[in-house]
Order: sequence, then C-alpha cells, then structure tokens
Amino acid sequence: MAEAKIIQLGSVGPAGRGSRTSPSASARRLAPAGAGRASQPRGDVPPTPPRSRRRSVPDGDASQTHEPPIPPEPDHEPGSEEEPDTLALGALLSELARLASRSLEGLKSLPITRLGTLAADPVHALTALAEAMGVEWDESLEETVAFIRDRLRGDYAVDEFGFDPEFTTKIYLRLLRWLADSWFRVEVRGAENLPVNGSALLVSNHAGTLPLDGMILHAMVHDEIGRHVRMLGADLIFKTPYSNDLARKTGTTLACQEDAERLLASNQLVAVFPEGFKGLGKPYADRYKLQRFGRGGFVTAAIRAQVPIIPTAIVGSEEIYPLIGKAPALARALGVPYFPITPLFPWFGPLGMIPLPSKWIIQFGEAITTDELGPGAAEDPMIVFNITDQVRETIQQTLYALLMQRRSAFF
Amino acid sequence: MAGEGVVLVTGVSRDLGARFARSLAKDGTEVVGIDVIAPRQDLGEADFIRADIRNPVISKVIATRGVETVVHLAMVATPGAGGRSSMKEINVIGTMQLLAACQKAETFRKLVVQSSISVYGASPRDPAKFTEDMSARAQPRTGFGKDSLEIESYVRGLARRRPDVIVTTLRLANLMGAGVDSHVTRYLSLPIVPRVMGFDARLQFLHPSDAIAALLLVTHRDVPGTFNVGAGDIVTLSQALRKMGRPAVGVPQPATPLVSTLVRRARLVDFSADQIDALTYGRAMDTSRFIADTGFVPEFSSLAALEEFVSLAKPGLISRDRVDSALAAVSRVLGTAAVSDG
Repeated sequence: MAEAKIIQLGSVGPAGRGSRTSPSASARRLAPAGAGRASQPRGDVPPTPPRSRRRSVPDGDASQTHEPPIPPEPDHEPGSEEEPDTLALGALLSELARLASRSLEGLKSLPITRLGTLAADPVHALTALAEAMGVEWDESLEETVAFIRDRLRGDYAVDEFGFDPEFTTKIYLRLLRWLADSWFRVEVRGAENLPVNGSALLVSNHAGTLPLDGMILHAMVHDEIGRHVRMLGADLIFKTPYSNDLARKTGTTLACQEDAERLLASNQLVAVFPEGFKGLGKPYADRYKLQRFGRGGFVTAAIRAQVPIIPTAIVGSEEIYPLIGKAPALARALGVPYFPITPLFPWFGPLGMIPLPSKWIIQFGEAITTDELGPGAAEDPMIVFNITDQVRETIQQTLYALLMQRRSAFF
Repeated sequence: MAGEGVVLVTGVSRDLGARFARSLAKDGTEVVGIDVIAPRQDLGEADFIRADIRNPVISKVIATRGVETVVHLAMVATPGAGGRSSMKEINVIGTMQLLAACQKAETFRKLVVQSSISVYGASPRDPAKFTEDMSARAQPRTGFGKDSLEIESYVRGLARRRPDVIVTTLRLANLMGAGVDSHVTRYLSLPIVPRVMGFDARLQFLHPSDAIAALLLVTHRDVPGTFNVGAGDIVTLSQALRKMGRPAVGVPQPATPLVSTLVRRARLVDFSADQIDALTYGRAMDTSRFIADTGFVPEFSSLAALEEFVSLAKPGLISRDRVDSALAAVSRVLGTAAVSDG
C-alpha cells in the first residue's frame, strides 16, 4: 500500500500567529527522531539553529588548527532549546570582554601628548576629537551661530505631527550616524528596494529593550536615500516624558489607523514594528524569534493606501541590552511594560545603559505590493492575515539567513 | 446679502461677539446683540439688548424681533469671577434655555453654534489630527471640554426636534492674535512659564479675524453640519515660548495639579485639568472638511497668528535682541580663538 500522505492539522497551521516557543506535543510526535528537523513546520517551531562550522568540529580538531583557542562561541543563533540560557549569555559576555580588552589595547597606543593639547585648547581639541570619532560638522562657525539663533528664536517649522526636520537632520541624525557607523558598524543590504519617492510601509522586527533599532533605521534610510522614515509608536512612548518630546520631534506618531493612513496618503515612508513591546521586551533567550504581529493593522493600512510593504530585517539589535529579567513588580509600580534587567543594568548604573557594541546588519527585502488587491481587500480578514504571515515569514527567514552569515555578535 | 432676516447674536460684550455683530451689521443685516453686561466695544449698526440667556425672557426677544438666525457665541472658556459653577451655568444652562426658546419660535430657521477644539480632549492616545467624525479618546471630564460636549449634545437634540432648522456647529481652535485674551495667551505671557517636563504640546491656533470670517460665511450661507475650523499648521509649545522670549521651568507631571493651583491662587491663569492635558500632549484638528464644503481657507497660519500676538506682547526675558547680542558675543570669542589657532 502506498504511504498515506500525512495532512498535518492543528499545530501546523499557517506559520506566524502562534506564540509557542517549543514544538507542541503533536509536532514532536510527528517529527522523526533525530532526522529532518527542517521538515518541521516553520513558524510554529523554531527552526534548526544554524550551526556554524566551528561548532560541528570535534573538540580535538580545534587544537590542531592554527587559530588561537576560541572562547565559548557567542551563541547568536536562535532557538537552541537544549542549551541553557545562562550559557548563551555567558558566551556573549566573554565575547564582550574580549572586545573590551582589544579596545583597551587600542587606547594604550593613543599618544599621551594628546591630553596635553586637550588641556591647552579645549575647543579645538574637542572638535578634533569629535572629528576623529566620526561626528561630521561641516558647517562654519557663522552657520552654526545662525542655526542656534534660529532655534532660540523659534524660527523653524514643524509639521502637523510635530516633526521637526531641522532638528532631526542637524542634531538627531548626526548623533545617530556616529552611533550607527562607529559603534554598531551597521551594514545595509538591499537599499535598492527602498523607494526614492512615493509612499511605502517598512515593516521590521523589533528588539533590544529600548527602541534603538527604530532610530538606527531612520538614520540608515536617510543616509541611503535622503528620506525621513516616519515611525509609528506605541502610546507608552507618548505617555512618557521626554520620550514623547523626542518621538514627536523626530517624526514618530501614534500607531493608529488614522495616523498611518494620513502619513501614507501624504507620500511618506512609514516604518512600523508590529511586534511592539512584545518584541522589544522579550528575553535574550528568545532573540530573533518574531513575536505575534498584532492584528495585522499595518497590512490593512497599506492595502487601503495601496502602498507596497517592504519587509525589513534588523540583526544586531537583540544584543545591545540582553534582557535577563523584567522585574514585574517594579515595572508595575513604575507603570512601564517591563523594567529591564540586563547583565550590566542596573548593577553598573548609568554605565550599564551603554548599549553593547553589537554588529548590525539591516536588510531591506523586496517590496510586497498591495495595489493589485484593490482597496476592498482591506475588509477581507483572510487576505490581511495571509499578507501578515507572508511579511512575518519573510522577515523571520531573512533574520535566520543573516545570522548564519554573521560571524559573531560583535564582529 | 440680507437674505437671512434678523440675526440674534449672543455674547456680544466680548471681543469675538462684538466684532462679529459689527461686521454682520455692516453687511446690511439686522442684528440684535444680547449679553448680560453692556458691550465695551462699539457694536456699529447692531442693536444691543441687555438680556440673560439663562432667563426665559430670551424667548420674548426672539418672538418680538422675529429672529430667524441665532448665532450662539456666549461660551466661557475659563471660570472668571464667578468660579466654575457660574461658568457651567452660563455654558450649559444658558445654552439649554436659549435652545428651548429657539425651539418654540416659529420664525427661527437657522442656528450657528460656536464650539471648541476642547471637545476632543487630550491624551497620549490621540491621533495626530482629529476629524469631525472622531470622538475624544479621553473624554474631558471637567472644565470647558465637558461643557462644550454638553452644549453640542443639546444642539444635536434641537436639530432632532426641529429638523427644519439648519444647524451649523463650528469647533474653533484656540484663538490667537493681537489682543486676544484667553487662558493660552495669559499662560504664554507669564514672565516665567511653568510647563510640564518632557512634553512639547502641538498647538493649533485660529486668528479672530478668520474665526469671524468663518462665522459670517456659515451665517450667510447654509452649511449644515459640524466643522473643525483652525489654521492648517501647528506650533509647538516650546516654539511659542521661544517666540515669546519666555524662559520655561519644567514641572514634573505628577506635580502639575499643585503648580496649577498655585498659579490660580496667584490669579495669574486659571486652568482646568483638560486644558493642562492639552498643553501637555497637544492636539490638532483636521480642517479639510470645512475647506472642502465651503472653500474657506484661514488667512493666518498658526505661526502668523502667534507672531502677531508676540509683536504686541511685552518682550520676555529672553528677547530676540538679547539672543542676538549674546550669540554675537559668543561668536566673537570663538572667532578670535579660531583665528589665533589658525
């Protein structure tokens, strides 16, 4: 008798909407022991961690190579269930220590005479130092003074969302560019998929405890095509002092249907992070595992406005603040979704707030067009769910592919 | 354009009402202005009758003068000498009485009501711009916002009971321009302005001359419905303070009720909670429906209206001249430093 074709039901449905992190009982039973983890359903179960070659080499082999002994590998691969979380974290930290010792060596080679000139002429030395660090300030003194005067007099314009292009371009993006180039060494791929004009919706994964990924994305897109990305943010951003101010000034607005449609209708490049706080505040053990994608509201907005969706994968954001605890009681008292506890925060105070210098890769995928669907499709939940899943799956697969290519979390 | 018969204007003793009545009367319309106190401004060719809209005598005025159009502008945005209860009585009870009188009047065929941006409340969950179809995300529970909501609900009630009447409600943005006296202008004119730390509210203004033009337009023409009226652009609070040259002191958000009480006790500015929310989170209205239906585009932008106010206000501590001279001094020092380096 021919083998019956197994039609999998239940835990195997369309990838994406499940929030499970481990295979369900039925999935485990279905999967042949040892063989073909790749044949497992994709979205519901974390796929095989992309093992690097080094890991598969038997222990004896490593000593024979001419490479220096490798510290425990920074485990940047997702979903290794059998590996305890602490081990992965330890690996990350040892990698960090290695990085720190390297940069300390670099610091030693700094000529001590520099310090002398710093004391003698602080203004000049500071600008030189800033230049050396990659902060570009090409305006002359007069232009700078004119800029400060305009700011102090209130002679600038903001748009209806509170976006202040002058502040964003001249101050905010400049600082971010330094962070992106020198600290995270961001590598951008697929920039040709970014539209030079017309509106589009960038959909990205969200991680890293604090929404630095959105800021870096803004800086990188502006570098590539000179357009500002308008972010859609959760209401907590607008409830929190200073975060409200900064978010509005840099073009973020509330993630609601009305604002998304208003932005898309006015030919803007809009970015959304459908995972929201679920993605931002997920523990380090769940890194690069996409969380639930909301209710697909972003797809509805894109279909209504008939704009393409550009799936965007950001690698590197997960390691900046490895979240090991959320202190729920304290978070409730402070009125925030979680109180981040990382290996360095709050133990090292403000020093612990310095993001770890992970290596970032941002990949812009090919646009998923929605204009052929017609605006009525926004009312069809099945179409919306399917596109949501397609976007989610594209981002998830891109993340895994990028992780395989990245040698370590920091280099 | 005298097609609308006799027009009754309430609240003519105040600036907006007086100016509106005057401009309407100038066009040749027969205008009856009423208020509880005598107008300080010249009403031009408009008649003035001292009457209280909270008193049923108002129906006699409507009946004897054969009023066809009622323009209701007698709203109080901030509690004055009488306090909050008197403010509420003028706004809510006054509107009820006036509308009750209108409902009975046989000549009555049109109602224009001034409402306010404050019906939308203000909260961190607000969309960037409110359209007329949206309602407040956080319903205003006190102050002018609540009064405006109640006024609008009475107006809707009248529209239901008298379907033959044309009802136009204009939700006006905060008035701003030379000589405007409102809680916002008084607040911006404080020598040192306390503001909620870490927030920069978006403010949308309307110049009084634009407000009057919009009111005249809906009085002359029949444009039933509810409309947002305001300038198309917005100004942030920090920008407004810089234009005013006023230094600001940050107040942590939990301490704002305390500070606003102190400011009220000092008889500087009187705020209700919803007005403080608006100056914290900011709010703006989408005015495209009014523009599409009437073709009316405000002459003044929010920025221009603010600049007109600033030009006539007392210069602040950080005035333009001081900023310029300080910056000139700094650039001189830095300039010489750069030269000696080079």
